[in-house]
Amino acid sequence: MIRRVGERGLLVETGELALSHRLDARLRAEPPAGVVEIVPGPETVLVVSEAADLAPLRAHLAGLLAAAEAEPEAAGADGSGEVLVIPVVYDGEDLPRVAAETGLSTDEVIARHTGSELVVGWLGFAPGFAYLTGLDPRLHLPRLATPRTGVPAGSVAVAGPYSAVYPTASPGGWRLLGRTATTVWDVRADPPTRFRPGLRVRFEAA
Amino acid sequence: MIEVVAPGPYATVQDLGRPGYAHLGVPRSGAADPDALRLANRLVGNAEGAAGLELTFGGARLRFPAGAWLALTGAPCPLALPGGRPGRCAPFWAPPGAELRVGLPWYGLRTYLAVRGGVAAEPVLGSRSTDSLSGLGPAPLRAGTCLPVGRPDGEITVDLAPEPARREPVVRVLPGPRADWFVPAALEELAAEPYEVSQDSNRVGVRLRGRELKRARAGELPSEGMVLGAVQVPPSGQPIVFLADHPPTGGYPVIGVVAARDLPMAAQARPGDRLRFVVSRD
Repeated sequence: MIRRVGERGLLVETGELALSHRLDARLRAEPPAGVVEIVPGPETVLVVSEAADLAPLRAHLAGLLAAAEAEPEAAGADGSGEVLVIPVVYDGEDLPRVAAETGLSTDEVIARHTGSELVVGWLGFAPGFAYLTGLDPRLHLPRLATPRTGVPAGSVAVAGPYSAVYPTASPGGWRLLGRTATTVWDVRADPPTRFRPGLRVRFEAA
Repeated sequence: MIEVVAPGPYATVQDLGRPGYAHLGVPRSGAADPDALRLANRLVGNAEGAAGLELTFGGARLRFPAGAWLALTGAPCPLALPGGRPGRCAPFWAPPGAELRVGLPWYGLRTYLAVRGGVAAEPVLGSRSTDSLSGLGPAPLRAGTCLPVGRPDGEITVDLAPEPARREPVVRVLPGPRADWFVPAALEELAAEPYEVSQDSNRVGVRLRGRELKRARAGELPSEGMVLGAVQVPPSGQPIVFLADHPPTGGYPVIGVVAARDLPMAAQARPGDRLRFVVSRD
């Protein structure tokens, strides 16, 4: 189903993240004329266009969605096969409590965090803040009851079913497992972040 | 150069924002009333998307050490300028060193000042806009802030633009994408009587107080892309109209989207003003 979003937007319902990524990849490979934003989400892709008439875009999106649905899942959700490896120093403030609450040792927490390949679901909350999906279910924990007023840039954290790297210093309620020296947000670079929806990511103990 | 003697309650540098980065979590930002910024730029011979100043509730005092051609649009304010003849919606010359005093707007919320040549603050991701949500772009103006002015690249060809007439703000809303998350009567409720603009409105959104919009379904909406003008409804049932600095994604259902042509009216509504919605079915 494709829903209207005001005069300029169309919201394509994909129902699942992997299909959002495949549709996003197809749209980015050949952006239709007039399109200014393509925003994938867990179950949708928002497309914003400056075209006066959205009917041709709607028909085009319906065709792309059908093609993406028929496509077998390729190497990585975005089809690139690229894996971004992020070295982490696991000395986060919350690591002991994560271990205690999950009943694992800190070494086991680290092994589970580095042991599975994650996929960038979507970005939000802050510029460059990527929700990494595919986190080991044993590490799923609620956010901190009281968020910290300051979390340093490069902090590697988990909350709910997601992991993330804080792109800039900000308040935050995620549980801090460690930190990385890898720059994930740089406004002088284009694109400003190495994360993009559908990219595969693996953490590595530094 | 522009020397800020006093910024007033809240003043920022704005152009037309940084579109194209929403998928990386970057708000579009830009002038909350882009029509007013475009007009101000045309009046001083700038490209429409040049950066100017967005003054909230007026109140600014500015000096131009080298003199400058200026134009003010948007919320109309009393202007004072020793040795100059300032007017609204018209280009005027600020003599070197003279201090322009912008009073409180008679009505409306945001006044735009364009300077011939444009404000040449450092661009971030292709835009000089201050994004109040993410902190990208130049810091909000403070007493003592000095802003460079660019080289003029156009001629001043307009003497005066008609000042937009004052109207009771009535904004058209196109239903969706998530109108089906609300009880069938919710769209009628939205349009039944005006909402009052709340004190905690800002560049992210106009927060409204009025009839509660009731949900037809419980549960959480998975986060999805948001657009400018989206009327988002948090669990309180009190709608928020998203303005320039809105988050690129959100998890509360959007009952409708304000027509682009009417968005400046929402952006100019001040706390305590009333905003009436009309549901557009075309």
